[in-house]
Parts: sequence; structure tokens; C-alpha cells
Amino acid sequence: MSTTEESTAPVKAPAVPPAPNRLKDITRQLLGTRRVIVGLVLLAVLAALAFTGPLLTSWDVGGRDFSSMLEGPSPEHWMGTNRTGQDIFTQATAGLQKSLLIGLLVAVASTGAAAAVGAFAGYFGGVADKGLMWTADLALVLPNFVILAILSKHFAGQGGWIVLAILLAAFSWMVTSKMVRGLTVSLREREYVHAARFMGVPPHRIILRHILPNMSSLLIADATIMVSAAVIGETALSYFGLGVQSPDISLGMVIAEGSSFATTAPWVFAFPTALLIVMVLAVNMVGDGLRDALDPCSKSRRRGEHHEH
Amino acid sequence: MGKFLVRRLLNYVVLIFLATSFAYLLAATNLYPRGYFEQMQPPPPPEAVDSQLDALNLNDRTPLAQRYATWIGGVVTGDFGRTVQGGDVTSQMWTKAGVTLRLITVATILGSALGIAVGAYAAVRQYRRFDKAATAVSFFVLSVPTVVIAIVVQVLAVTLNDGLGLQLLRYSGEYSAGFDGAWWELLGNRIHHAILPTLVLAVALFASFARYQRNMMLDVLGSDFVRTAMAKGLTRRRALFRHALRTALIPTVTYFTFTFGALVSGATFTEKIYGWHGMGAWLIDSIARQDVHVVAAVSWFMAITIMAASFLSDILYAWLDPRVRV
Repeated sequence: MSTTEESTAPVKAPAVPPAPNRLKDITRQLLGTRRVIVGLVLLAVLAALAFTGPLLTSWDVGGRDFSSMLEGPSPEHWMGTNRTGQDIFTQATAGLQKSLLIGLLVAVASTGAAAAVGAFAGYFGGVADKGLMWTADLALVLPNFVILAILSKHFAGQGGWIVLAILLAAFSWMVTSKMVRGLTVSLREREYVHAARFMGVPPHRIILRHILPNMSSLLIADATIMVSAAVIGETALSYFGLGVQSPDISLGMVIAEGSSFATTAPWVFAFPTALLIVMVLAVNMVGDGLRDALDPCSKSRRRGEHHEH
Repeated sequence: MGKFLVRRLLNYVVLIFLATSFAYLLAATNLYPRGYFEQMQPPPPPEAVDSQLDALNLNDRTPLAQRYATWIGGVVTGDFGRTVQGGDVTSQMWTKAGVTLRLITVATILGSALGIAVGAYAAVRQYRRFDKAATAVSFFVLSVPTVVIAIVVQVLAVTLNDGLGLQLLRYSGEYSAGFDGAWWELLGNRIHHAILPTLVLAVALFASFARYQRNMMLDVLGSDFVRTAMAKGLTRRRALFRHALRTALIPTVTYFTFTFGALVSGATFTEKIYGWHGMGAWLIDSIARQDVHVVAAVSWFMAITIMAASFLSDILYAWLDPRVRV
């Protein structure tokens, strides 16, 4: 008891060497990786394009120019027009904006859910663990494609893309949550977690303060991968008209409209597809670099290999 | 081991039952088969629509619980109901399942074998030219949605055919309609049509397997037992195959289960784009046709394949990892 009282008293803190700043380390390492730099720059360019692109041109997103339909790139229409005279550049950049937002939203939501479920199951064990992991199994078996397709039609209209993002997240947390659970089970028996528990720290506090921060690297890397997975999933669904619905526009829809003209009018298909590929590539580059920088195992492996050769 | 597998199987049956029931209830509450009949030209009288719907067990005025009970009663005896056009779902399902399974199985074997081989070899040659090329290719392929790969390959095939002036590559349909000949000609025709869609699926699978296998192999190559195996006088090849690759395959087998769901949906898009009449294309068409029973049947099929893949990976796991065999 007395020690705690002493520590709360306003005594001048002894000079401690500065704690190793992990954030600084990681930042330095990340900036030293070419992949990450290239990926980040690409992403920044794409984000700028997505949010200013539709404003740069004189065309509205849904606007039609009846004097030029299915025409190639011109000073008037930078990337040409589609069959109904819509400006491809405006459409694609507006779609990119939605795709970026969907990717981010899904990544945050699904990684958050995976962390919560996995940590809860791993920490408490027993019935909670069994139940939650069984739910994850069930979610893996549920025909997610059917559910997404049916419900996205149902929620078509303003704000429907948010529902789609939530649904995409609802079907992408399972694998990560299993990994988080495995890590939690091993972290649970560490001394500092025991210490915290015996001091009477409530479980949710232990999970938030002591367990999840210890796997932040996994979670961050996973969230990045999730961005690209979500964007790819959204494209695939929208291609068949089952994803984002009409008043909203996404990259998948623009690509789908362009795909039937891929041979006759390549610009309708090429530009949005190129945007999508560059975006996913950039996200993957950042994610890959992050995983290498954050995961101590992969780092030591790289170093070890360097020595061997 | 036997008891473990039986428990697994029981769990799978429960999961499949729940997934299928959920899909049925969702489809029955959200799809609108009445609309399919009402929009016919000339519009049939409401009584006729009702009696049609009743005959198909699709009437939205019948309580959902009653419809579900009728449907599940049929499913237990192997009858998945009727399509909105009155066809028998079960018999149609088996033809279409054959198409899809053929596509998936060949693509899985091709893609995963190639991916594992390339990934493992890339790990052995880490940072050499082969490794760099393989990593770059798989990295790029992973960033392209299957839909886009399918379309681009199709466009390339069209261009190539036009350029050569002959039908070198087939990109539409599962076989030539009205084609007749001896069995080997029919088989050849089918294989000819299967090349591109299988390639599309295999390429996507190849990329993810190559990347994963490379990482796993790198982990194993650095470990002590591989060094010991080499030190005790095994040839490099033997040490790599018998010890390193075998161990590195274990996590890949688990990974296979997780990618299988993505593969099934990837097959959906490939089928639809290449005009194959498989499960995936059937599902997309049936959602547009408001066909509740088909949606439920396809969901059942997908759940079964995912569970089968998971079961298969359990068995492979036990075969590769002696510690699991009890």
C-alpha cells in the first residue's frame, strides 16, 4: 500500500533513459523501404485524383453529353465517353472515391471485429471461445455471395454503399479473428497480464491495454490487406450489378459498363481498370512493407538470409 | 482419429444445415417470385398466379414457416423443389455441379501445384532472378480482380483469333453447340473450350499459393532440422524435398481451406463471363429471376464444397504432420 501512495505523491521523477520509441523505429524502417514509399505516393496521388477529379472536369458524374457518345479521348473528354455520353474520367474518379471509402471502411470494421471477437474468445476461453469460434466457422460457410447479392439489391438507394461495406466487413473478419484468438491464448499467460488481473484490472481493460497492443503489427498489416480484398470484392459484385447500386457509383460499375466495349472502344474499359489495378497494387505494396517492418519474425528471417548468402 | 473425424463431420452437417436454411429464409423473404409471373405478357389473372405459386411452394401469402417446412421436408429426401419455370432443381443441379466441379478441380490442381512448386523454388533461390521475377508476377496478379483477368484474357483471345483469322482459342460456352462427332472429338472440343476459363482461375490461385508457399518455405529453410538433415549427409535435393518442403506444406494446406471460398466465387465470375452453365452462372441468373429454390440449392452446394475442402485439408494435414495422427 505504501509504495502506491509514494508513487502518487508529487516527487520529482528520476531521470530514466528514454524508452525505445517503437513508432519512430517503425517509421524509419518503413521510409527506408522503397515499396512502401512508392505505394504511399501512389495512394496519395490516387486519393487526390479521387476527391478532386470529379470537380476538375466540367461534367457531372451522371451527366450525359449527347453530342459525343462513345468517343475516344479528346480535350473535351479527357478519357473519352461511354455509350450514353458520360465522361469516363469523371465517372472513374468518382467511382474510385467510393471504392477507396469502401475499402477503408471495410478494413477498419472487419479488423476491429476480428480483434474484438478473437481477443474475447481467446481471453475468456471455455464456452465463449467455443461459441464465438463456431460462429466464425458458420460465417465461413454461409453463402456470403448470395447474402451480399440479395441484400445489396434490397438496400439500393442513397447510402446503400455503406450497407454493402458493412456486409463485406461482416464476411471478412473470420480468418483474422482465428489468428487473434491464437495469439491471445498465448499472451494471456504472460506475467504482466497475470499481474494486471491480480491488481483487479477489469478484463475489457486488459484486452484493450495489454493484449491488443501486443498484436498491433498483425492487425495493421491485416487491415491493409483487407482494403485491397474489399475493393476487389466490391468490383466483382458490382460487375454483375449486385454490389453498389445505381445512384451511387463505384469503380466496379464503371468497369462493368466498359467491359462489353473492351474490344471496340478500349478507353471505356482501360482507364477505370488501370485505376483499380494501380490502387490495389499500391495498397498491397504498403501492406507488404508494413508486414515486413512490423513482424519481428519476417525481419529476422530476412537478416538471416542475408548472412547466409 | 476416427472419433475426431466423426465429430468434425457432425459439426459440418450442422453448419451446412444452418447455412442452407439461412439462405432459403433470406431468399424467400427478399426475392419476389410473384413478380416473375406478374410481368408475363399477357399478364395472367391473379388466381392463376396464385395457383402457380402454390404449386411451386413459392406463394408469399403462405406463411413462411409453412413454406420452409415443406421445402426442408423435400430437401431431407433429396428434393430441392422446383425452379420458377417448373423444372426440377435437383436434377438440374447435378448437371451444373458437374460443370463447376470440373472447372474448380482442374484449376485447383493446376494452380496450387504450380504455385507451390514456383513458391518453394523461389524460396530456395531467394533474391536471385527467379525469385524476383516470381514475386513480382504473383504480386501483380494478386492485385488484379479475377473478373478483370477473365475479361482481359477474353479480349486477348478475341484479338489473337482476329489476328490469325481462325478460332485458335475458344472463349464462349462450354462446348460448340450442335457439334457432333466421335467421343474423342467431343472431348477435344470440351477441352478446347475449357482452356481459357481454367487458365483464368488457375492464374489467380497460382499467385496466392506461390506467395504463401515462398514465405512458409523461407521460414522452414532457416530452421535447425533442415541444416541437420543436410549435415547428416542427405543430398540437398533430398533434404529440401523430404524435410523442408513437407514441413512447409503444412500451413499451406490450412491456407487452402481459406482460399477455397474465394475460389468458388471466382469460379462464379469466370463461368458467367465465359458463358459456362455452371452453378455460379445459375446463381446469378436465378437471383435475377427471383428463383428462391435455386438460390437455396446453390448455397447448399457451396457450403458442401467449402466443407469438403476443409475436410480434405484436415486429412492432408494429418498425412503431412505425424503429430496429428493418433
